[in-house]
Formats: sequence, structure tokens, C-alpha cells
Amino acid sequence: MTAIDASYAGAAAAGNFRTCRYTGLKVEASAQSLIKANAVAAVVFLAIGGVMGLLVALTRWPAVHLLPSDWFYLVLTGHGANVLLFWIIFFEIAVLYFASAILLGSRLATPRIAWAGFWLMIVGALMTNVAVFQGDSSVMFTSYPPMQAAPHFYLGLIIFAVGALVGVGVFFGTLVIAHGERTYEGSIPLVTFGALTAAIIAVFTLASGAIILIPTFLWSVGLISEMDPLLYKVIWWGMGHSSQQINVAAHVSVWYAIGALTIGAKPLSEKVSRSAFLLYILFLQLASAHHLLADPGMSASWKIVNTSYLMYLAVLGSMIHGLTVPGALEAAQRRNGYTKGAFEWLRKAPWGNPAFAGMFLSLVMFGFIGGISGVVLGTEQLNLLMHNTIYVPGHFHGTVVTGTTLAFMAMTYYVLPLIFQRDIIWPKLARIQPYLFGLGAAGISLFMMGAGTLGVPRRHWDMSFTDAILQFELPSGGFLMMGLNGLSAVIASAGGILYILITVGTVLWGKRLDKGEAPLTFPLHKRAATVAEYGSHATVKLPGTIILVTIFFVSFVLYYFVNWKYLSELWLMR
Amino acid sequence: MAITPPENRLWWNEPIERVEIGWIVVAFLWGLFMFFFMIAWHFIGGQNLSTETYRITPAAYEQKVADFAEKYQVGDEMGVPIVRPPVGEDVYLLGRLWEWWPILELKKDQSYRFHLSSVDWQHGFSLQPVNINISVHPGYEQIITFTPTEAGEYGIACNEFCGIGHHLMTGRIRVVE
Ligand SMILES: [Cu+2]
Repeated sequence: MTAIDASYAGAAAAGNFRTCRYTGLKVEASAQSLIKANAVAAVVFLAIGGVMGLLVALTRWPAVHLLPSDWFYLVLTGHGANVLLFWIIFFEIAVLYFASAILLGSRLATPRIAWAGFWLMIVGALMTNVAVFQGDSSVMFTSYPPMQAAPHFYLGLIIFAVGALVGVGVFFGTLVIAHGERTYEGSIPLVTFGALTAAIIAVFTLASGAIILIPTFLWSVGLISEMDPLLYKVIWWGMGHSSQQINVAAHVSVWYAIGALTIGAKPLSEKVSRSAFLLYILFLQLASAHHLLADPGMSASWKIVNTSYLMYLAVLGSMIHGLTVPGALEAAQRRNGYTKGAFEWLRKAPWGNPAFAGMFLSLVMFGFIGGISGVVLGTEQLNLLMHNTIYVPGHFHGTVVTGTTLAFMAMTYYVLPLIFQRDIIWPKLARIQPYLFGLGAAGISLFMMGAGTLGVPRRHWDMSFTDAILQFELPSGGFLMMGLNGLSAVIASAGGILYILITVGTVLWGKRLDKGEAPLTFPLHKRAATVAEYGSHATVKLPGTIILVTIFFVSFVLYYFVNWKYLSELWLMR
Repeated sequence: MAITPPENRLWWNEPIERVEIGWIVVAFLWGLFMFFFMIAWHFIGGQNLSTETYRITPAAYEQKVADFAEKYQVGDEMGVPIVRPPVGEDVYLLGRLWEWWPILELKKDQSYRFHLSSVDWQHGFSLQPVNINISVHPGYEQIITFTPTEAGEYGIACNEFCGIGHHLMTGRIRVVE
């Protein structure tokens, strides 16, 4: 890999700023340390939650069946909290600070308050982990009443959410400061706009969380006598599903950012990409209904309107990004000279750059695995086929692991040199890391979806029902799938461990890039340094992208109708 | 670039790429189709969950199911009553830590008003091998009209985590010709 060095800008422009000699971005000291702190915390919780995930998968691998049942349920609860909440939200706070302070060349608003938010998040995350490990809070990620956890389980989540909300507030404050101090010209960059989307969604998501978790906490200490399980579910999912849309907005922003940094990709048109983000804000809050399709009491019309986010308009947002992101990549690659045939731009893409490879795998797998399965799972009637089977974790591992987590891992390969100012150690291993993790995660998602289609229940310690009074057997295909799921988890864990080793090793021992003229192993796009061209891409033909989205669309339609066919074979019901 | 402000300050006035417009139209129409297909299935399809639901106290529901089981019991298996309700009669099933109770014997191609509730925590009714999955709540009695279309032995698993004995929570429905 070649080293690309912009002319070293030397000392920082003024005050606490330094100028990044690779990107020309102005980096303020407090923003930099807060990004570092949040990123490090994120990786630590990923490590904890990842180990738990491996233990879960090894227990659900029928031939291994590692943990006893009580440990299995404990570890599964911890896995959900640590990876889905703590890893992702810590990283998202880092992304928000990056997209505001760094990309706008501004100082961070109220660094002291930002630190307070950070410590609140740490305290909350630790408190919840303590509750989980004490053993009487194995209530799963959804923690549905009347099942009850220890009070500090809920309190930890509340404190964590308050801390995250503080971080979101600092992000908004930074936007205001950057605007007021005119640190940039015109509109905010697309990536910042995507981050803004994520932040706005985060506000009402965290508000939903407060509305439901505070009474639940009061109930757990005995101040409220009863929790309505159905009402709880509706409001809980107002937080639970919307929070996943924060992830989507954040990782889509990361896709655009990596495309820009690696090959100089520009949005095809700013208007379309920004409108797609806007659709998330307008329509995703309806999403709580996705989890209530098999529940009593809600009318069919309520379910149809809500699960479709009113006629699939938030899905439309994702489908638009599904074209504009690869389209921007193709356009940039064609401009970079890869113009032969429909796919030279793709073949000659920088596949050896882990940031690019991780981003592209995330894009493809989020669309094909997470996206399509999500729409099918969230269809009013089709939900009957897989509600609460292991298809559900299959789907959300497709969104949150192959999508968000992989995208964030990819972004780390830029955060390390640009923010930590360290060169990646073990570049050869770093090259294979996203493939290893992505392949494993895709296997996890697909095999769980397959097993769920065959009826394997989720969150279940013993799919052979050995000790149950009334025994019956699930299809042998389900056992095979769960075995393959276990194998995939081992592969993904290898990629995960590699990621942890590379990031921790780089932070501790990576060659320092802030001293002298040390070359950077991972190439940034040359234009990233000069910021020569802005804005939307000039018109180009994008045959490769058209073929890709056509394949995507055909898969979507076929899979959708295959499931209706399955549904039509069930018992009749009304 | 995506990480820098748009060069054209009036970016919202720029024309949209043709390929983008085409894809937006396709995706939008597909969304509309999927939206209306869910509505259509209520008319053309035979699998739609009923929304008939009543509030009930867990104790009252438990009593109803016990009365039902006593009235139509025809045997037992492992201590669980086997209940054969007459065709057209209301059928009751309850979930509790950790069993689906009682065992039901239904006739193929006959429709039954099927009552479902929990008397303690949330459970998941998962009928195998047909793979019909329904959430079950304490305090809510939901009624679904089921018509089994195939004779045989069906197992019921719980697929909503309900504590340490979750994986032991099974039940049985028998469908006879
Ligand atoms: Cu249960």
C-alpha cells in the first residue's frame, strides 16, 4: 500500500486546533480526546459483549451446548445490552463528535458537559452489567414485565441513556457554534447531515426510553404496583426499534464518509441523499408496531399503517441509499479512471483497504440480509411465520452486525490514524479482518433465519426439549442450521478478536503519526487532502450500480412472495 | 464530497440524476404495492390474525380453562388432561410457568374459536411444525378462529423468554380426521 502524504501543515492554526496532515481537517483537542474516550469505551464493551455472544452461539450449537441454562440466559441478556446498546451508542457518540467538530472544523461545545455525559454512560453501563452478572436480572434485552430485574438493572440503563442524551445535546451545541463562528461555508456536509438525522432520532428514542424505563424502575423498587405488559411493549419498542434507526442513519453516514475518504466519492445529488435521511426522521417512529404484530389488542389497520412506516416510506429511504451509495462509489471510480465495462470500477476498488472492504460488505449485507428480511418480518401477516423464532435475531444480526458493527469497524481504520494519530499495526491482518468478521456475521444471520423458518425458537436453551414433559422434535434441518450458526459465530469471533487486538494494539503501540513525517499505511483518497471539489457528482452513467440494484430488487420481490406462499399453507385463521 | 459542504450552495435546486429518479419511482411503487398487499390479504388470504381481544384477570381465565378442561376431558398424558371439545365449541389454552395447558384434540377442517391467554408472564405460542407464532399476554384474552388443515401431532413451544424454565415450556395439539 502506498503512502500518501499531504504537505504537513505544521503547527495548529490557532488555540487548541491541529491540522490533520492527511485530510486538512482542523481537529480540536477536546473533541479529539472525547472521540478517543468514547471509541475506547465502545471497543471495550464490544469485547465484553462479543465474548458473551460467542458463549451464546456455542450453547445454541446443539453438538456443543456449552453453558448450563441459567448461565445461558444471563449471558444472553448481557450480550444484548453490551453490544446493541453500549458498543454501538458509545461509538455513535464518537461519530457525532467527529461529524460535528471535526468535519465542520469547529470546537466542541461544552467539553466539560460532554465529559459528564461520557462518565454517566460509563457508570450506567457498568451498573447494568453488575446487575446482569449478579444473576437476578436475566430478563433479556427486551425486559418485558411482569418479569422483573433488579432495580439497578433499569437504573443503569436510565443513567446510560441520560449520558447519551447529554452527548447528543453537545452535538447539537457544536452545530450551533460551528454555524455561529462560521467555521464552514454553505450547508453542512452530507455526513454531518446524516449524523444530525441520527441525533434527532436519538432524542425521541431516548425520550421513549425514559417514559418506559422510569416507571419500570419505580415498579422494580415497589413504588408502582403494576405494569401493563402490552402498554410496556408498545412504548418500549418506541425506543427499541427507533434506536435501530439511529444505527442505520449513523452507519449510512459512515458509508458516505468512507467512500469520500477512500476514493473521493461524492453524492450523486445532495438533494436525493439528504431527502432519504429526512424520510428516516419523518417515518421511523412508527416502527414500534413491528414487534406487536403477533400481539393481541391492536387493530389490523393500526398494524398495517405502522409497520409499513406509512407505506414503506422509511424503507424507501434505505432503498435510496442502496442506490446512491454504490452509485457514488461507481461514479468516483469511473472518474478515477476505471471505466471499462460495467464492473471494472468494482473489481479495481481498494479491496485491500479494510475501511473500504468493511464498508462495502456492510452495504451489501445490510441491504440483502438485514433489509429484505426486515421488511418481510415486519409484514402484518408474514410475521406469523417467524415471530419470536430465531429468525428475528437472524434478521437483526443482518442489520446491526453485518450493517452497523461492520461499518463502525471499518470507520475505526480511519479513526485510528486521523484521531489517535497512530498507524495501524499488522496491516496484513487488518486486510482480512473485515472479510473474516463479515463472512462470519453473514453466516450467523442467514443460518439463524433458516433455523427460524423451521420453527427454532429464539432465546431458548434446549431446542431438543429433552426435559420437557410433552416432548416433540423440531426438524433436523433446524439442528443443522444451528450448528452452522455456531461455526459462523466462531469465524465472526475470530474477526472480532482480530479487530480488538488491532485497535488496542494500534492505540498502545502503533507508530506515532504526529511525530515527524511518518508515512501512513492506509491510503486516503488524494482529494481528501486538498478538498478541491465539493458537492454533487456530475452526471455519469452507472451501469454497474443499475445491475446491482436490479439484482437486489429481484431478490427482494422473490423472497417476499416465497414467504406469502409459505403463509398460504398454514392453518386457516381469522 | 460527502465530508465537505456542498459546493453549490443552492444544492436543492440541482437536477436529480435520472438513474436516481428511476429507482425512487420503482422503490416507491414497490412500497405502495406491499402496503396494499397486506390489506388485500385480509380479503384474498386465509391467514389473518384476529384482533378480537378482551381484558380478563389471570385468575378468571385460569378458572375458565379449568372448567373447559373438566367438561370435555377424555384422558390424560403425563398428568396433563387431554381435552376433546365438540366441533364448533370454544377452545381454551393457557400458558403459565412452564407449560401450555391442557392438551387439545381437534378435528381436521373444522373451525374452532380458540382462546389464548397467560396467567402469569408473557409467553410465546409457537405451533410446530406448522410454525404459527403468536404472543400471549397475561390480562388479555385473545380469540382466533383456527381451522386445522392437516391431521397429526403438533407441538407447542414457548418462544417468549419467560424465566429459567422457558425451554421446558411445551404443549400439544392433536388433530384427528
Ligand atoms: Cu413461556
